[in-house]
Amino acid sequence: MSPMLNVSRRAFIRGMFSTGALVLCASMAPETLFAQGNGDVTGAAGPIFRPNLFVAIETDGTVRIVAHRSEMGTGIRTSLPIVLADELDADWKRVRIDQAIGDQRYGSQNTDGSHSIRSFFDTMRECGATARLMLLRAAAQQWNVRPQECEASLHAIVHRATGRKLGYGQLAAAASKLAVPDRSEIEFKPAKQWRYIGKWIQGYDIRDICAGKPIFGMDARVDGMLYASIERPPVLGGKVKSLDDKEALTVSGVRRTVPIPPFTPPCAFQPLGGVAVIADNTWAAFQGRQKLKIDWDDGPNADYDSGKYKAELRETSRKPGKPARIAGDVEAEFAKGGKIVEAEYYVPLLAHASMEPPVALADVRGDKVTVWAPTQNPQEVQEAIAGEMGIASENVTCYVTLLGGGFGRKSKPDYAVEAALLSKAAGRPVKLVWTREDDIRFGYYNSVAAMYMKAALGSSGLPTAWLQRSTFPPIASTFDENAVYGGAGALGQGWTDIPFNIANLRVENGPAKAHVRIGWLRSVANIYHAFGVQTFADELAHQAGRDPLDYMLDLIGPPRTIDLRDAGYGNYGASPEQYPLDTGRLRRVLEIAAEKSGWGKRKPGGGTGWGLAVHRSFVTYVATVVQVEVSDKGEIKIPRVDTAVDAGTIVNPQFVKAQFEGAAVFGTSVARTGEITASDGAVDQSNFHDYPVARMAEAPYETNVYIVESTAPPGGVGEPGVPPFVPALCNAVYAATGIRVRDLPLAKTNLARPAAKAA
Amino acid sequence: MIRLKVNGIERSFGGDPQMPLLWYLRDEMGLMGAKYGCGVGLCGACTVLQGGKAIRSCVITMSAAAGTDVTTIEGISAKGSHPVQEAWIRLNVPQCGYCQAGQIMQAIALLSSNRKPSDEDIDKAMMGNICRCGTYQRIRAAIKAAAEESA
Repeated sequence: MSPMLNVSRRAFIRGMFSTGALVLCASMAPETLFAQGNGDVTGAAGPIFRPNLFVAIETDGTVRIVAHRSEMGTGIRTSLPIVLADELDADWKRVRIDQAIGDQRYGSQNTDGSHSIRSFFDTMRECGATARLMLLRAAAQQWNVRPQECEASLHAIVHRATGRKLGYGQLAAAASKLAVPDRSEIEFKPAKQWRYIGKWIQGYDIRDICAGKPIFGMDARVDGMLYASIERPPVLGGKVKSLDDKEALTVSGVRRTVPIPPFTPPCAFQPLGGVAVIADNTWAAFQGRQKLKIDWDDGPNADYDSGKYKAELRETSRKPGKPARIAGDVEAEFAKGGKIVEAEYYVPLLAHASMEPPVALADVRGDKVTVWAPTQNPQEVQEAIAGEMGIASENVTCYVTLLGGGFGRKSKPDYAVEAALLSKAAGRPVKLVWTREDDIRFGYYNSVAAMYMKAALGSSGLPTAWLQRSTFPPIASTFDENAVYGGAGALGQGWTDIPFNIANLRVENGPAKAHVRIGWLRSVANIYHAFGVQTFADELAHQAGRDPLDYMLDLIGPPRTIDLRDAGYGNYGASPEQYPLDTGRLRRVLEIAAEKSGWGKRKPGGGTGWGLAVHRSFVTYVATVVQVEVSDKGEIKIPRVDTAVDAGTIVNPQFVKAQFEGAAVFGTSVARTGEITASDGAVDQSNFHDYPVARMAEAPYETNVYIVESTAPPGGVGEPGVPPFVPALCNAVYAATGIRVRDLPLAKTNLARPAAKAA
Repeated sequence: MIRLKVNGIERSFGGDPQMPLLWYLRDEMGLMGAKYGCGVGLCGACTVLQGGKAIRSCVITMSAAAGTDVTTIEGISAKGSHPVQEAWIRLNVPQCGYCQAGQIMQAIALLSSNRKPSDEDIDKAMMGNICRCGTYQRIRAAIKAAAEESA
């Protein structure tokens, strides 16, 4: 980060703030960029404030903080401003949050990978502490006292000796004239003085949400806009062979159709092609689309069949693959004989199915584009539209609405590009609405994966050798259609970083070609890798005749840090010094979850069972115990989940708990019913009847979240709850029924007891 | 011409009588509280009240809505202060929030016919409303809290 800038005067001149406001800019890029282009923009609701990464203090005392990350339900739009407000010692009731537009001056805005707090915690503190020191100096100057005699006290500076007090609003004008202190001059509050960090704070938007205010991308409106819906090629890489739109054009409210050209491989974030219907309202666009008569050329993926593909993936997994991590010599150990255990696991393609399907409103005027979108990555919206239309990315203004769920889908901006192309064609603002069917059929799916595991058990019942191979079409295939091996990122999600204390260990990856768009979904490769590793560990515990908790603790081994830099392990982009893989923290969450769940106190049987799993992802440690009840007919209920989380320093425990409660539900959907299949190249599922997600009675009845108190630097919380939940549930099913689930989703395994099966 | 009442005010509509009520509310009236989630009555994001009963506005055509009295989330309280909304806020129910207007409308319908719903009653009433963020545990608690409040 470059030094903090005092831009009060410039911001005032541009009319962004009132005269005398103190405005600081913590630009991630040089000041020259800031000086160039920060004009006001006129949007749907009149002039729209277009801020940079500011904290601004108005003369009336209002503190305005910019949220530059996207809000999709994690609470980040509240949490990062909380950090700044705390360090500023601002009164939270007087804070106003402004959502940033897409702008590379913020650094990464890609709200993805559970790292917003990790990456911006210190930036926010620096902004807050700098502003606080300037206010303090302004007060000291007015009182003609030394700054050391003064202190911040909830939205005011006080002079300790005399008790004199000046509010932040009263000091803003004077502070705005001061030079910005050097970073070496600012001091962070000690953690024990934190006013908001670590406390329960309500989400900034909760009242608007509960009142049904128009705050989501789906709700965006501008005058004179039209509505559009697109019929896309059912198979990836398909093209329109012939189009008859006569009947579509007779639908009342339909204005025209617009062909969208097929993409040039690789697909990346380009539109898939097809035919759009533009109409006066959403319904007319949907109706017109149904009347299109299109013959498709299905292209190179027309033969893709997910059933055959599954068999191929499994076959590949049985053969030697590309090594990702090697310790000792597994083959030599296997050759010694003794007890060998082998197992294969499978996790299908998964769709995001956020409640708000992809949607974007675009207004193209000449070579300038304005777009309103529920996006996790507004800068990628700018880049992708600019690339498609041959304009500079600075010419694309992206307003970020609230997201009706994201889960990784909305960091891919294909839908915003489609909207921009249609607005250009129509010469009017166009809102493009994806139907639920579009969302399910044209996703960037979480990869399907097959895994092969093999272990030799020694006399203690613990493995002396462990071999694991995973085969999956990689995310890289979306950006390079020839990519077939998992990258370090995907393999670093629960595969190369397997944290077990085993002398002979071999981690491999096999090749697989993609036939659909592969993307990232909440916790990504951790979903299948944790399922393979944590289910196999449970299988070995039972093979060894041991309690799964004790066995897992032995597998993890003594508290230590594991350095995997030699294996190309990326550690989620975090420094291995600051965020080492610490088996002590892994053990601790497991012990806490087990104890809180009453592990071992009740015996499984009569259809009830408990399962556990522990996993580190996004530099956060999570252990989960799931209790399951399986009826005679094989129906599953989840009465209780106990999850222990060590995510280091926590900003808002209320949001953290919510994320892990939600992860248990998301994990339930993955485990029970999550499966995308394809026939003749086209995805078979289309809506919630054939891609079911967990409903209230199917979700865990009670999820208890235990947050480990920690002063370690902050880790992620949005994703890490999902990976351990899935194997914990399946391990619980085994404890309850004796049926081992190795292929997801669970719904494909008949869990009915023999008596019920016969009946 | 189709006539109906929306949030207590008489309205008329001269467009396609097959248009679902949802799109009339959103595109024609600009009432954005009811959400599009599936278009086929499977997710509940579009839930509004018709004569006090919860319905899926994405599958009720304008001709079926003719002559009825429709209440959307915008019409249940002046400042978002309905006891169910207050319970939702107190218990920090929403995550992304997209489904919550539908959840709240469904919960209001439940509590108007059952002042003290059991877990089973809540499950049954709320099964049609999907929350992909997984706020069900808090929804259940908020319904119970709202029931207590009005008891």
